[in-house]
Amino acid sequence: MALTEAGDRLTIAPKRRRRVQKDKVLAVALVSPSIIAILVFVYGFIAWSARVSLSTWKGLLPDYTWAGLENYRNLFADPRFHVDIRNTVIFTVVFVGGCLIIGLGLSLLLDQGLKGEAFFRGLFLFPMAISFIVTGVVWRWLMNPAAGDRISGLNLIFDSLGLDFLENSWHATPYWGMAFIAIPAIWQMSGYTMALYLAGLRSIPEEVREAARVDGAGEIQIYRRVILPQLRPVTLTALIILGHISLKVFDLIIAVAGKQYALDVPAIYMWQTTFDGYFFGRGGAIGILLLLSVGLLVIPYLVYTQRQERNS
Amino acid sequence: MTATAADIAKGAAAPPSNVRAKIWLYVPLILASIFYLIPMYVMLATGFKAFDEVSLRTMWNLPSGLSLDNFKAAWEALSPNVWNSFKFVVPASIISAMLGSLNGFVLAKWKFKGANVIFPLILFGMFIPYQAVLIPLVEFIRSINLFGGVWGLMLTHIVYGLPITTLTFRNYYAALPDDLVEASKIDGAGLLGTYRWVLLPLSIPSFVVVLIWQFTAAWNDFLFAVVLTSNEGWPVTVALNNLAGSQIIEWNVQMAASFLAAVPTLIIYIFLGRYFLRGMLAGALKG
Repeated sequence: MALTEAGDRLTIAPKRRRRVQKDKVLAVALVSPSIIAILVFVYGFIAWSARVSLSTWKGLLPDYTWAGLENYRNLFADPRFHVDIRNTVIFTVVFVGGCLIIGLGLSLLLDQGLKGEAFFRGLFLFPMAISFIVTGVVWRWLMNPAAGDRISGLNLIFDSLGLDFLENSWHATPYWGMAFIAIPAIWQMSGYTMALYLAGLRSIPEEVREAARVDGAGEIQIYRRVILPQLRPVTLTALIILGHISLKVFDLIIAVAGKQYALDVPAIYMWQTTFDGYFFGRGGAIGILLLLSVGLLVIPYLVYTQRQERNS
Repeated sequence: MTATAADIAKGAAAPPSNVRAKIWLYVPLILASIFYLIPMYVMLATGFKAFDEVSLRTMWNLPSGLSLDNFKAAWEALSPNVWNSFKFVVPASIISAMLGSLNGFVLAKWKFKGANVIFPLILFGMFIPYQAVLIPLVEFIRSINLFGGVWGLMLTHIVYGLPITTLTFRNYYAALPDDLVEASKIDGAGLLGTYRWVLLPLSIPSFVVVLIWQFTAAWNDFLFAVVLTSNEGWPVTVALNNLAGSQIIEWNVQMAASFLAAVPTLIIYIFLGRYFLRGMLAGALKG
């Protein structure tokens, strides 16, 4: 008995060790196609883009003649790029602000234990499932700036309800047109912001509210002093998510307004100058600048959350 | 974010108090509902009108009957593109989900040297603005002769889908007890056996989340599609945008076409909304 058991152990052990070795190789083999793909498509392509941005490449054929920072210098002197930055700032402020206010407001309303909560939640969230192109095409007609006999869309509603003062030329408004492009974007993303806040509200333990109530705080005070401060991390997350969406905003503008100088943003400039105008060097530079701006926003946040996770 | 979809579904924490005192809360909720429903209303009300009933002046009126004129015209214009979308979106979602599951499994439960470095390296791919890779991507897809059609687009969506699918599965597997894997090892199962017989059967909910997320993201994508495909490969988003920009197609047909383009993801949302929410929160940082 004892002998055979020992014998078994002797024969099994090396086999298992070999299997473990084999499995280690297999594990690496399983993930390596993905890792190689990411290395090429993310890191390789970013490096390649950076190289293009430092070249004089103009026209259909690749040309990697060294240009130094020429493309970047030109961009910062380019009035169109100034319009892009202005528009991005206007869009970001209206879009992020609108989503945060509406999202927080709706989540607080839905947290009151009302009947039909699930219905409203589903309704506010469904725009998330739809593409910016669909949203854009519909809002293009809702925000039709035509007046007089050709009045339509929301202006027509305002007109027939006697709310004439609300009629306006939407995204055709000079200088501030971009603020109106944020309306469909808010339509699409405010429900998502609501979901983030609602998740935050639901993760606050009931004992915290109870304790405040015992201390004699009124419901409004509980919200101001206890609940809202607890939601700060959610606001930060939402700020990062919405902020990086607004830096990349592209298809929504195309679908609402097409390519217009007044409503230009870096992502559209990049697309147009590269694939319509063949200014590859400049297109590469805009791409890299977008990457840097998103990185400035996201990397500190990632480091912060990683540290939080390690501390908890 | 520690809160999850489960927290949301848990229900309100506020004490159930006087219903009547809360009735006024419905006012802002109903106003918000109108705001969210307006575009749907216009799409459907216009879509179901007969051609001779359509006019911008009466765009807010309900249709007098249920005519399919607009939807027929929209389908005629859009159907090849709807098929194009399905052709790459379905395989891209399945393949990137499968790969993400394998990656997540290895990174969470079969750690090898460097796994901790590799994970954040993969994650970073989730945050990049795709404009920063667009030029090399087009050059590369052209060089392997996949430019113009849907297969280059499929490859692109598989690769850029990997970070989010890997993240979702890795987080899911990391939460499962290590004993599961250890027990399976003691039973003599190898790496693949453990994956196939222990983890895969537990992964169905995560697969649903990831598949929904990938399907929605790829179906709704415009940027990759517009630079990587030509006429015959256009998916539905690019075709819809071109249709809306043309002077020939009437606005009422555009409305019907928009609705058609939204139908697949809307159906998924209506039937699998719970999972959709979960996927969204997991992919919180993917825009």
